[in-house]
Amino acid sequence: MKSLTRFWALGIAGILLCGSALAAGETLRIGSKNFTESIILAEMLRLDAQRQGLPVEHRRAMGGSAILWQALLEGSIDAYPEYTGTIRRELLHDLPGGAGADELAEALRQRGIGISAPLGFDDSYALGVSEAQAVRLDLHTLSDLRAHPELRFGLSNEFMSRGDGWPGLIAAYGYTPASVRAMDHGLAYRALDSGAVDVIDLYTTDAEIRNYRIRVLDDDRHYFPSYQAVWLYRLDAARRAPLLEASLHDLAGRVSLQAMQGMNAAVMLDQRAETEVAGDFLGIRDTGGQEAGAWSRLWQRTLEHLRLVGISLGAALLIGLPIGILAARVRRLGQAMLASTAVLQTIPSLAMFVFLIPLLGIGARPAIAALFLYSLLPIVRNTVTGLASIPAPLLESAAALGLPYRVQLLRIELPLAARTIVAGVGTAAVINVGTATLGALIGAGGYGEPILTGIRLGSVPLILEGAIPAALLALLVLALFEGIERVLTPRGLRLPARQ
Amino acid sequence: MFSIEHVTKRYGTAVALKDVSLRFEVGTVTALIGTSGSGKSTLLRMLIGLDWPNGGQVMIENKPLLPDERLLLRRRVGYVTQDGGLFPHLTARDNLALLPRHLGWRPAAIDARAGELAGRMQLPPELLRRYPAELSGGQRQRVAVMRALMTDPDALLLDEPLGALDPVVRFDLQEQLRQVFATFSNTVILVTHDIAEAAFLAGRLVLMRNGEVVQDGPPEDFFTRPANEFVRRFVSAHRELPTHQT
Repeated sequence: MKSLTRFWALGIAGILLCGSALAAGETLRIGSKNFTESIILAEMLRLDAQRQGLPVEHRRAMGGSAILWQALLEGSIDAYPEYTGTIRRELLHDLPGGAGADELAEALRQRGIGISAPLGFDDSYALGVSEAQAVRLDLHTLSDLRAHPELRFGLSNEFMSRGDGWPGLIAAYGYTPASVRAMDHGLAYRALDSGAVDVIDLYTTDAEIRNYRIRVLDDDRHYFPSYQAVWLYRLDAARRAPLLEASLHDLAGRVSLQAMQGMNAAVMLDQRAETEVAGDFLGIRDTGGQEAGAWSRLWQRTLEHLRLVGISLGAALLIGLPIGILAARVRRLGQAMLASTAVLQTIPSLAMFVFLIPLLGIGARPAIAALFLYSLLPIVRNTVTGLASIPAPLLESAAALGLPYRVQLLRIELPLAARTIVAGVGTAAVINVGTATLGALIGAGGYGEPILTGIRLGSVPLILEGAIPAALLALLVLALFEGIERVLTPRGLRLPARQ
Repeated sequence: MFSIEHVTKRYGTAVALKDVSLRFEVGTVTALIGTSGSGKSTLLRMLIGLDWPNGGQVMIENKPLLPDERLLLRRRVGYVTQDGGLFPHLTARDNLALLPRHLGWRPAAIDARAGELAGRMQLPPELLRRYPAELSGGQRQRVAVMRALMTDPDALLLDEPLGALDPVVRFDLQEQLRQVFATFSNTVILVTHDIAEAAFLAGRLVLMRNGEVVQDGPPEDFFTRPANEFVRRFVSAHRELPTHQT
C-alpha cells in the first residue's frame, strides 16, 4: 500500500516541479516568427540583453503573426519583432485607417503592450518578376501588370489570405490574372527561377532578390502599407527589467534595409548561423550556451525532448492507469473511456496544438498536454486488456481469499497484467518521441527545432541533425521498455508451464 | 454452519438451482455430487457469496448472509478450485502467505504454519520456493489445499479439487484429503462428479440433477435404497475391471 502511495506522490510532485519551472517568470523570453529575418532580429535583442546582464532566452520560429501576438498578450513571451503594417491591419482590427503613430502606441498601451522606435528598415510586401521578363514586357510598376493577365502568379499562403495581401491588391489594381497558385514562400523563388510562375510576392528584405535577379515592382498606387520593423514588448516586463527597455532602445534606428538584406543573405545563402550573423552586426559574441557547440546544442535539445516526452508520459501513466483500472471494472464506463481516448488519437497533432494554444499558450505546455492526450489511449487500452485477460478462475480464487479489492489489485491483478501495461506505456513513449518533434512548431524546442529550421533553409544536414537523434531516441526508448517489461514480468510468468 | 433456504438461481433463462434448501452442520463432511450442469458448483459458490441467489436466502450460523459480510466470511472459509487457482506470479510460499500476511502474521509464523501443512500434505518443504509452473499438477493441488487451510478456517469448500489429476495422483490425494478431513473438526463441503470418491471422503452425499436435490443421505443409502431410477443409474455408472480366473 505504501509503495503505491509513494508512486503517486512522487509522480504528482514531479509534475508540479516541472510545471513551476515552466511558470518561473524571471527569465525574459523573446519570441520570433518562423522566418529568418525575425529570428536574426530576436537573436540581436537576446545578445544585447545578455550583454546587459539580463537572464534571457529566445524561443525561435514559434509561428506566424497571430501566434506571436497571442503569446505576447498572455505573457508566454515578453517581446518579439513585428512590422507596423501587420500591427495595423492584422493585430489591431479596430484601429481607424488614418490613425497616426501616437494612436497606434496608445491602442497597444491599452493592451499592456509597448512599441519601440523603428529599427530602421521597411520590410514591405512587394511583387517581383524576373529581370528578363521585366525587360521583355517593360514592367516597372504594379500597374504595369494589369496589361498582362496571362502572367501566372505564385503567392505565399499567408499573402493570399491576409487583409493587406492579395484580396486588397486585386481590388486596388484591378488585376484579372488567368492563374494564381498558392505555394510556400521558400519555394516561390525557385518556381520563379525555373519559369513555373511569372510573378511572386516577396518581402523587400529577402536575400534572394539579388541572388535570383528579380525586379521589385514599384507600388505606384501606394497600396502596401509601411512595414517598418519595430519591437513589441510587454509593459510589465519592461517595468520588471528596466534594462530590457535599454536594449530595445539600443537597437532602434540601427538596421538599414541593406544591412537586413545582407544579414538575411548571410543566413539563407551562406548558411551561417543566425546568432553569429546577429552577433557580427552588433560586434558582440554570444556568451549564453544556446548556440555554443553542436554537442551542447544536441544535449540541450535532448533535454528539451526528454522533458516533453517524460512529463507527458508520466502524467499519462498517473491518469491513464487509474482510468484503465476503473474501465476494466465498470464495463460501460470502460467502453466510453476507450472511445473518447480513441477519438483524441484521431485529432491531427497540428490541430491539437491549435486547440490547446488558447488554453495553454505556446511553448512546452501545450506540447506536453497534446502528447499527454496522445499517450492516454495506449496506456488505458493496455491496462484494460491486461486486466481483462486474467483468467476468470484466477480472479475467482483471488476473490475467494477474502482480500480487500485494493490488495487484490496490487498483489494479484496488476502484477499479472504488468507485462501488457508496460507494453502500452512503451508504445506511448515511442509515439511520443516522434510526435514531440512537432512541438517545435509551437516553440516547445526539442529535436523538431533543427528539422523545422532545416525545412525553412532547405538544409538536409540540419534536418538530419534533428531527425537522426529523434530516431535514435525512439530506438533507445523501445529498448528501455523491453528491459522494463522483462524486469516487471514476474519470474513465475516467464516459466514454461509443466504438466 | 451454512444453510440455504428455498434458493433459486437463474443465468438468463437457464435455471441452475430450483428452490433448494439444505443445512451443513459443523463437524460434518458433505459431498455434492451430480452430472455437470446439475447446479452443485453454483451452490458451493453461493455459500461464500461468489454468486448471489435470485430467490431464497443463504444463512451463515442462522443469520442471513449480507453483501457487506462476504469479505469477512471468505476469510473464515478455505476454498479450493479444480485447477487450484494458484497465482502464477507468486511462489508456492507466497501464495500461502497472501491472506496471513494481510492479517498481520509475522513471516516466521507463516513459514512455521506452511511447514506444518506441508508435512500433513506430504509435500517436500523445499518445493514451496517454486513457482506454480515448476510444480506438477498434484503438487499444485496440495499447495492449493494448504493455502485454504493456512488460517485454520471454520469451513473448507472444495470444487472438484481432484478433477484434473491423473488416476494415480488422484488416488494418493484422496487418501491425504481423507486424513486432513479427519483431523479437521469444522465443516467440509466437497463437489465431485465421482460417487466413489464422494463415498470415500464424505459421510453424507447430496445428489443433484437439473438444479434440484434428488437424494440426500449417507453413502450406503445410495447403493441400498436409491430414491429413483436416476440415482440407481448414477451409482452404477462405472465399469468393472474384467476379472481373470486362474
